[in-house]
Amino acid sequence: MATVPNLTNVAVRDLRIELGSNTVIDALDLDVHGGEFVVLLGPSGCGKSTLLHSIAGLIDVAGGSIEIGGEDMTWADPKDRGVALVFQSYALYPTMSVERNLSFALRINGTPKAEIERRVARASDMLQLGPLLKRKPAQLSGGQRQRVAIGRAIVREADVFLFDEPLSNLDAKLRTELRRELKQLHQRLGATMIYVTHDQVEAMTLATRMAVMKSGVIQQFGTPAEVYARPENLFVATFLGTPAMNLLHGTLARQGEHVRFHAPHLELDVSRYPFRAEPVAGEPCVLGVRPEDVHLQPGSDATQRANVELVEPMGNHRVIWLDYHDAQIASIDQHKTPVTVGEPVAFTIDDAHISLFGEASGTRL
Amino acid sequence: MGTLKPALPELTARTRPAAAAAAKAGRGRPRRARWHLAAWVALLPMLLTVVFAYLGTMLWTARVSLSNSRTFPSSDFAGLTQYVRLFHNDRWLVSLQHIVLYGACFIVACLVIGMLLAIFIDQRVAGEGVLRTVFLYPYAMSFVATGLVWQWILNPELGAQALLHRIGFTHARIDWIVDQDSVVYTIVIATVWQASGLVMALLLAGLRGIDDELWKAARLDGIPRWRVYVSIVIPMLGPSISTAFVLLFVMVVKLYDAVVAMTQGGPGTASEVPAKFIMDYLFGRANIGLASAASVVMLMTVLAILAPFFYARSRNAVRKDV
Amino acid sequence: MSTLGASSPEQSAQPVQATLMSPRRGGAPRRRTRFSPARAGVYGFLLIAALFFLLPLYVMLVTSVKPMAEIRLGNLLAWPTQVTLRPWVDAWQAACTGLDCNGIRVGFWNSVRIVVPSTVLSIAVGAVNGYALSFWRPRGAGLLFGVLLLGAFIPYQVMIYPMVRVLASVHLFSSLPGIVAIHAIFGMPVMTLLFRNYYAGIPVELFKAARIDGGGFWRIFLQLMLPMSLPIIVVATIMQVTNIWNDYLLGLVFAGTQNLPMTVQLNNIINTTTGERLYNVNMAATILTSLVPLAVYFVSGRWFVRGIAQGAVKG
Repeated sequence: MATVPNLTNVAVRDLRIELGSNTVIDALDLDVHGGEFVVLLGPSGCGKSTLLHSIAGLIDVAGGSIEIGGEDMTWADPKDRGVALVFQSYALYPTMSVERNLSFALRINGTPKAEIERRVARASDMLQLGPLLKRKPAQLSGGQRQRVAIGRAIVREADVFLFDEPLSNLDAKLRTELRRELKQLHQRLGATMIYVTHDQVEAMTLATRMAVMKSGVIQQFGTPAEVYARPENLFVATFLGTPAMNLLHGTLARQGEHVRFHAPHLELDVSRYPFRAEPVAGEPCVLGVRPEDVHLQPGSDATQRANVELVEPMGNHRVIWLDYHDAQIASIDQHKTPVTVGEPVAFTIDDAHISLFGEASGTRL
Repeated sequence: MGTLKPALPELTARTRPAAAAAAKAGRGRPRRARWHLAAWVALLPMLLTVVFAYLGTMLWTARVSLSNSRTFPSSDFAGLTQYVRLFHNDRWLVSLQHIVLYGACFIVACLVIGMLLAIFIDQRVAGEGVLRTVFLYPYAMSFVATGLVWQWILNPELGAQALLHRIGFTHARIDWIVDQDSVVYTIVIATVWQASGLVMALLLAGLRGIDDELWKAARLDGIPRWRVYVSIVIPMLGPSISTAFVLLFVMVVKLYDAVVAMTQGGPGTASEVPAKFIMDYLFGRANIGLASAASVVMLMTVLAILAPFFYARSRNAVRKDV
Repeated sequence: MSTLGASSPEQSAQPVQATLMSPRRGGAPRRRTRFSPARAGVYGFLLIAALFFLLPLYVMLVTSVKPMAEIRLGNLLAWPTQVTLRPWVDAWQAACTGLDCNGIRVGFWNSVRIVVPSTVLSIAVGAVNGYALSFWRPRGAGLLFGVLLLGAFIPYQVMIYPMVRVLASVHLFSSLPGIVAIHAIFGMPVMTLLFRNYYAGIPVELFKAARIDGGGFWRIFLQLMLPMSLPIIVVATIMQVTNIWNDYLLGLVFAGTQNLPMTVQLNNIINTTTGERLYNVNMAATILTSLVPLAVYFVSGRWFVRGIAQGAVKG
């Protein structure tokens, strides 16, 4: 196979998937451009794995179409789609050595021996599997097994790589390590990759674009920066970011040219906010602001004050929980402002980085 | 009965990983330096059974086999005389031949049929529950009943042969049960019918334990289903297969009831087996010495075949803790 | 519709060559076929196998309700033209087991009298053993258990003669208590194994908490562990009832002529008759003998299989 990066796109149109009598996914569209690293992010049961498996051809489609590289693959066999899938549980053949695991499928399908050796050597180089080739999966650690699973995908020289929560079974340290390796792998291979995870950190660091899913519906599809800074709805807003985005309920008011956000004890000028439609006065809405955009101010010229309830030191920064009239607001601070638990402190909200959502719809205004 | 007050040191158990890595009892417990009287009292029956009922009887039998006992035990020491007599005894030799032939056929047939049944049922067929019930019910029947039913079915005048003759295959021959050369196979048929379900149940449990994702990976790799079974699944079933083998082997050695019920060892001695030989000489022909020698030979054979299995298993268990 | 290339897991087709060299073959949009020659073959095999397994049961039932005249016609599989329950009645109360002609019901009640105490005793011993081995683990008990397990594989013939002598010396040979003790002894390895493995699955913290609360060996067993053991007791009961009811050899040797179990009586009825063999009575007797274990099997379903999976050895 050519070593020029393959720019195979994946186009899902109007997909409907039924498991048993439930419609798990309905009218779903997804466009993955060639060479992208798309992450499907969402909580358990949101349908991300189902979507991935149907792209792979392991789950039958009830409606819609799946195109891979411009060809209709809706009914093609998994092995004919040019995809490789790395499983959460690695799915290595336990009675075979690593080398045989890598080469087994190629041998079955009649690939010439020289070609098999070349591909195995290449995968082995990329993932440092050399010393492990003669071992059996039971003799490998979790991280090593995962590398072999990835190796198996590489050996197939597929056009599209699919990953089904491959790092979930590893401990935190190993996860960080392999995450970096995966990113390097993508840069090196340049292949199209679709990755499923429930871990937002993985999503943010690995994705060129990410799709946040809930209940079988893609809530938002965009670059990590977009999804993080301008979430489409409350679900996406609260799903990303630790600690979660602060939410304050209130209404909008108009004062001439200015639009203001009124909450029981807080007022904020939101005139700079890029509203999609004309804001309606009196409209109940929710103001979202991330903890890092809640700035503590030493001086007393700040507009808001609240009591410090809890301080969580996190090493290079700290999370400060403010008790604001029975609501909790989190603020991330770089150890600049002196605070005392129980004492009030002043803070401002950076109005350039807020999000406003309709109270009833939950979608971005 | 006194309650043993727990001493505090006992409650500081080993660390979790060590606890998780315990072998036989399944998890680690704090080592006790002191005895637990109550526990040993409770285990007394087991101790007595092992020492007397198992070890004691084996030694006793071995002792008898080294004597000249016939109807009554004698305490003389005859060395290996009984063993020599044994291996000059035609009936014994013939029973050995039969059991080897029977054993090979029985074990292979059960494993193959059981494996096929398990694999085919694993194909997500409709009515799986019913099928499993059908294949396993023979195992719930006694060997005697099995032998008797098949004796009836293979009855030359009124059974299967007669049926074929009536239908029109007048030259068909299913008179194996009265034919010296093929009677052993009739016992094979009857007991395979009975025990294949067991093998199926064991292997099916093993098959069900295989991770679903393994199948998906094989599908993606484009490996045809039959090849997945041959190259991946069946090797993975090694432990289940060896368990089945051990159980089948023990059944072969213990073969008695079915023979007594089905052929009584006949015609003549054409279906004589070691277990029956021993019982006959012990109770019928009252030659305790010879029967004991035969028992010892039987025991040695069983231990010789099973020792490697147990050794391999205990080694595996140790390794899994790593 | 061609089924080129294996499409669904239900099919086992020939591998399509070299798909990995040209990964994108795609496929004309088509539904996966769910039916195929391979799947028909699977069902066919299973059906034939099922017929083979059901054959003896059918033959038994059918033979047992035919009059002898019909049986002599030699049509083994024929449905009876005349159904008679006389053979069943005869088998139950009039068949001859040697000198007595009281039917197999004698054997039935003997078996009941053997099975019930044997099962209770062997389960009780097995439970206590398993409990002691699993939670208390006195020194050396592991080795003892290993030897016990080995005993499960040893052919009975090695141990029979000494057992006969020992039981005779305490006047328990050829008696009901004797056979019950024998069954308890020979059932010990498997029962202990069952319970030990079961208790190994119970969190040790439960046990420790009980000990902190001041519980001793027996108190913890009777008040905590035994009530929690219901599932395994069910499995053990199924195994023991089946194995002991189906036993032939031990009953033959140790039970004594007054207590011969049903299997022994059955063999006597069928294989020691002079004169014409009454095949219908024989088959009825065979079914009667198998009724209890078959009933246990059909009722217990999953539990029976669990017993097998947990290492219960038959015979």
